[in-house]
Amino acid sequence: MAKTYDAGVKEYRETYWDPSYTPKDTDILACFKVTPQDGVPREEVAAAVAAESSTGTWTTVWTDLLTDLDYYKGVAYAMEDVPGDDTCFYAFIAYPIDLFEEGSVVNVMTSLVGNVFGFKALRALRLEDIRFPIAYVMTCNGPPQGIQVERDLLNKYGRPMLGCTIKPKLGLSAKNYGRACYEGLRGGLDFTKDDENVNSQPFMRWRHRFDFVMEAILKAEAETGERKGHYLNVTAPTADEMMRRAEYAKEIGAPIIMHDYLTGGWAANTQLAQWCQENGMLLHIHRAMHAVMDRNPHHGIHFRVLTKILRLSGGDHLHSGTVVGKLEGDRDATLGWIDIMRDSYVKEDRSRGIFFDQDWGAMPGLFPVASGGIHVWHMPALVSIFGDDSVLQFGGGTLGHPWGNAAGAAANRVAVEACVQARNEGRELEKEGKDILTAAAKHSPELSAAMETWKEIKFEFDTVDKLDVSHK
Amino acid sequence: MQDYQSSLSEPSSRKFETFSYLPDMTPEQIRTQIEYIVNKGWNPGIEHTEPENAGGHFWYMWKLPMFGETDVDAILKEVEACHAAHPNNHVRLLGFDNFAQSAGASMVIYRGKTV
Repeated sequence: MAKTYDAGVKEYRETYWDPSYTPKDTDILACFKVTPQDGVPREEVAAAVAAESSTGTWTTVWTDLLTDLDYYKGVAYAMEDVPGDDTCFYAFIAYPIDLFEEGSVVNVMTSLVGNVFGFKALRALRLEDIRFPIAYVMTCNGPPQGIQVERDLLNKYGRPMLGCTIKPKLGLSAKNYGRACYEGLRGGLDFTKDDENVNSQPFMRWRHRFDFVMEAILKAEAETGERKGHYLNVTAPTADEMMRRAEYAKEIGAPIIMHDYLTGGWAANTQLAQWCQENGMLLHIHRAMHAVMDRNPHHGIHFRVLTKILRLSGGDHLHSGTVVGKLEGDRDATLGWIDIMRDSYVKEDRSRGIFFDQDWGAMPGLFPVASGGIHVWHMPALVSIFGDDSVLQFGGGTLGHPWGNAAGAAANRVAVEACVQARNEGRELEKEGKDILTAAAKHSPELSAAMETWKEIKFEFDTVDKLDVSHK
Repeated sequence: MQDYQSSLSEPSSRKFETFSYLPDMTPEQIRTQIEYIVNKGWNPGIEHTEPENAGGHFWYMWKLPMFGETDVDAILKEVEACHAAHPNNHVRLLGFDNFAQSAGASMVIYRGKTV
């Protein structure tokens, strides 16, 4: 029987809260951590989140009756306590796949983290995880090349790859910058990297940088007989300009380019990733601005969600945090989003903060990039935590070597190979790291000098955003 | 301070990817790396090349990859047979991971006369 129109304000829970709902395999599922205002019942606020992030608005409107709203609405179908924190709770919401344009993380996120985050009945709201159904995953382009293709293109097998972000971040001329790259690459790095805020400033316009860096790559390749790359940052004020820089990178034979997917925007990122796929280019992704969204435990978007967004939008590398370096990162949570980057199927695992099974189907995985405040003493832990399918990136830990970049690079290369060799022999890296490095340094004066330089540095502040466990 | 010794004109500057920044492995170390490949369930394969052609993706296969071979001595014997047949060539051992469709391990065991 047809419904009648009844103007006015209805409680959200009448329409958008349904604990009997069984999510469909094709639904997009979301888990929000909800901190309601005092006195607002959980069912009402969970339903409000479902409504405001899908079909609803604050009042009934007559045009609701022109469609089958029951079919299109999001539904809050479960709630759970947050372990160790009674100010908030988890709300699980299911959205029918029809609500979203195919292949558009822009569209999904505009709904899920749109107006709802400013909703007055909430004190705070955090999107903890999303389950993208395989039906939706297959509409997205994903990583341009993926882990396996990148290994084949660059001939890197059986070890993590090594990178280095060129410092100072800003202010070098293009030729001096190219020199810094060349020294690092000839010393044994696989990659050097533009810093995120290196775009095209007056002191170093992008085209000059690209030209000098390409000469550095070619000479280092001829000298070492190994394949090399430099992440040429094509992040630009407009998507057209970004594409112009990408085209030029391809024209001069660069194997890999780089983009900042949060500040540059997801539409631009998806466009660039599709172009990379069509043009055989690798794409390194930096995540400037992520901590604005993902660091507060009660409000924002968790990095595991931002990771899923990037895997769908497209990128072959993504910064993941280091666990051991200068930047924030809980170990178990980091292991969780590393799985999300690399694995083809990730099972729900609350001990790693993963709320849903996630099937990636045929979509390739991407390399996590550990970067930020790491040096040669961290190498055993990094190889142990990240394994072979990763890029370990030492900026200051390469360039700060007392003998210069080439020696710094060689020190890191010797260290990573010694750790891989020891691991393959069945030794425990995190326990025997010091012995392994000390033995390797006997054959490498560069490593010996690096170990001497950085022996005292540690970063042991407490993590602000921890996983929700009751003994916190 | 020490100068970094590397140049276009010095053939010893040429490297060979994984493990080439470490001293040559002892026979015992080579054995443990082969055991690692076998224990991972990967298929050992041997490839070789003239040093002047080392830059390409495809080296010459020495026979077919040794599918299902788990005997470390048998694998070592093939590496040595390849080296004996091509004493001036680089010889590398790979571990093919058929699930990842990639090599899980790759290491040059004999170096020819580098150019």
